Amino acid sequence: MDLIADLGWLRRAPVNFRQRCKHLDSQTGGLDAEADAELIDLSNYALDLNQLERLGKLAAKRSLRDAGGLLTRFKLGLIGSGTLSLIASAIPGSGLRHFVLIDVVEADYGRSLEQAMDPTSRIRSSGLDSVLIAFDYRDLHLTAAASDSHTANEQVESAFAHLKAVAENLRPSLSGPILVQTLVPPVEPLFGSLDAAEASSPYAMVQALNRRIVEWVSESDVVLVDAARFAASVGTVRWLDAVHWHSAKLPIAPQLVPLLADLIARTIGALRGKTRKCLILDLDNTVWGGVIGDDGLDGIAIGQGSAEGEAFLAVQRAALDLRARGIVIAVSSKNDEEVAWRPFSDHPDMLLRKEHISVFQANWQDKASNIKYIAESLNIGTDSLVFLDDNPFERELIRRELPFVAVPELTDDPAQYVTILALAGYFDTISVSPEDRKRAEYYQANAERTSILASSTDLEGYLKSLDMVCTIRPFDSIGRARVAQLINKSNQFNLTTRRYTEAEVASMEGSADKLTMQIRLADKFGDNGMISVVSFDKSASQWSNDLWLMSCRVLGRRVEEAVLAHVAAAAKAEGVQRLIGTYLPTAKNQMVAGLYQRLGFSLVESRADGVTVWELALDNYSAPELPIKIVADQIA
Amino acid sequence: MPGVTIEQLREIVSDVFDDEDVEISEETTAHDVEGWDSLNHIRFMVTVEQRFNVRFTSREVESLQNVGDLLRAINSKSQT
Repeated sequence: MDLIADLGWLRRAPVNFRQRCKHLDSQTGGLDAEADAELIDLSNYALDLNQLERLGKLAAKRSLRDAGGLLTRFKLGLIGSGTLSLIASAIPGSGLRHFVLIDVVEADYGRSLEQAMDPTSRIRSSGLDSVLIAFDYRDLHLTAAASDSHTANEQVESAFAHLKAVAENLRPSLSGPILVQTLVPPVEPLFGSLDAAEASSPYAMVQALNRRIVEWVSESDVVLVDAARFAASVGTVRWLDAVHWHSAKLPIAPQLVPLLADLIARTIGALRGKTRKCLILDLDNTVWGGVIGDDGLDGIAIGQGSAEGEAFLAVQRAALDLRARGIVIAVSSKNDEEVAWRPFSDHPDMLLRKEHISVFQANWQDKASNIKYIAESLNIGTDSLVFLDDNPFERELIRRELPFVAVPELTDDPAQYVTILALAGYFDTISVSPEDRKRAEYYQANAERTSILASSTDLEGYLKSLDMVCTIRPFDSIGRARVAQLINKSNQFNLTTRRYTEAEVASMEGSADKLTMQIRLADKFGDNGMISVVSFDKSASQWSNDLWLMSCRVLGRRVEEAVLAHVAAAAKAEGVQRLIGTYLPTAKNQMVAGLYQRLGFSLVESRADGVTVWELALDNYSAPELPIKIVADQIA
Repeated sequence: MPGVTIEQLREIVSDVFDDEDVEISEETTAHDVEGWDSLNHIRFMVTVEQRFNVRFTSREVESLQNVGDLLRAINSKSQT
């Protein structure tokens, strides 16, 4: 098995895959959590083209019903070089792995610019969320060498201009950002190794074009799908299969389509906020070699000096790298707690230390219970977890009991663990904000707060002791990326679940008919960063809530009351009489169904679809006394 | 050595076109099977290549007219 080409982090497809699909297809009925779990489980195998096609049909059928549960919808256009149908048919099945029901609309073959410019074309008129722009160098006049470096540069610029023109013409018809693929560079050398340095070679031109694409991505909201990197890892000669290009204009060998489809699907998952948040590590034979309870401190393999010890060291380093970019690290191990801690405190070669682990579960209970506990104490869903364990029994147990946890398959060689974990792309993200980097610390502090709370019976006194400071500012360019991220990621504490792109957020900045708020919370344990986003639409007599969402990290801290006090004060100052709030129910935001009532609003309308509308008469409102200091900063 | 049989090919056709009762003969062409369009044809050929561990050249792909041609092409390859 090839770790990359065969999606080595996934289980091999079961022999009864087809029967399971049939069985699932025969089940009718509305929203069924069990059916969704089976659908997602079926996607978590390494599937071939036929299997992906079959699963994609089930995904399309599922998509006809209400969105709900963990699955979110996404309508993706595909435009670019050659025959994209094979890729298109593999994407919906792959999307399930990343909790997205992807509906693919393929542009007609060829003439991409004409279709992008024509507002009546299918790709323009399908109400797409996004389009993937996927060109092939063999289709962009980059197959022949240029006569000199100046001409080469012109050819690259013209190819880039073409690609960008397709994108810019499509943009007005999209509700989300554009996705663009890097181009896989040619296999065949012209000058030999000199190609890399000789600007006129096709290889150098494609590389130059890729650099232009990457620049474009880094200075805009365009999202990259780095096909070239995957192709290099798996082998460009396999990827750019000449037989299939000549016979059917397939830009990628059919055998590798499942890999590309997963890369596209995971990027869309990241765009929809499905990036996993926490890595749970087993200990024995996962982060060190051997069994600490049997082998003792000097018997386990960790550190320089042995191949095995170095392999486990690499696992620890990878975990620390993830932590440094904001992924929370937890432990689930079958051990006595005190024994399991010992290497962390006493072994000189351990990189992982006690302070890196946010939740530590070492006991003799089943791991499913431990992992559920980890999710609860971090206040995140099991769909945010990745579980790394060398033991196939534990992996199967978790897949069966907690089907939304990502459980990578591991080989019996620890030297491959890091590669497998990284290739699976669980933590792929489309942007990095400073808050991301600090997230692990927030969760750490949260665990400490929880433990103080456990020993405290006086909640009010506890909240006061936190010395909370809430900073409220209107939307601005500095906070834009994080505001958009929160808008697209928050599911539970979210009254309207309206999703806006970064560009839409930008257009709200400084708008006179809106009250926008980005809210940060700090306390004595640290800065929680931006944790809530709110906006109201203003009219002379009333302000209506458009967005109100908050990170669940700060639940129970009375931030929502501070927010309302701020809005009410601002509205009163402008002579407004009432605030209007709307609750739009989803499968995940039940927790805020009663929020307006709790805040003193009265119900004015309750619709059959569960939508409720609320009103707060500002004459009767007075702000409560809060254990939070509010710093309102009106300068954008 | 008998090599690949028409029944083995039938199973692949059945799998690719999701039709358990499909029947094929040596004379069967793409026109005879519902859903056998150019896209499914690629998927079919790739499945054949993977299942029997053979690889067709561009010329062979173009010259195959029916199931019998395909069967002969596979068997001529897997014997060498």
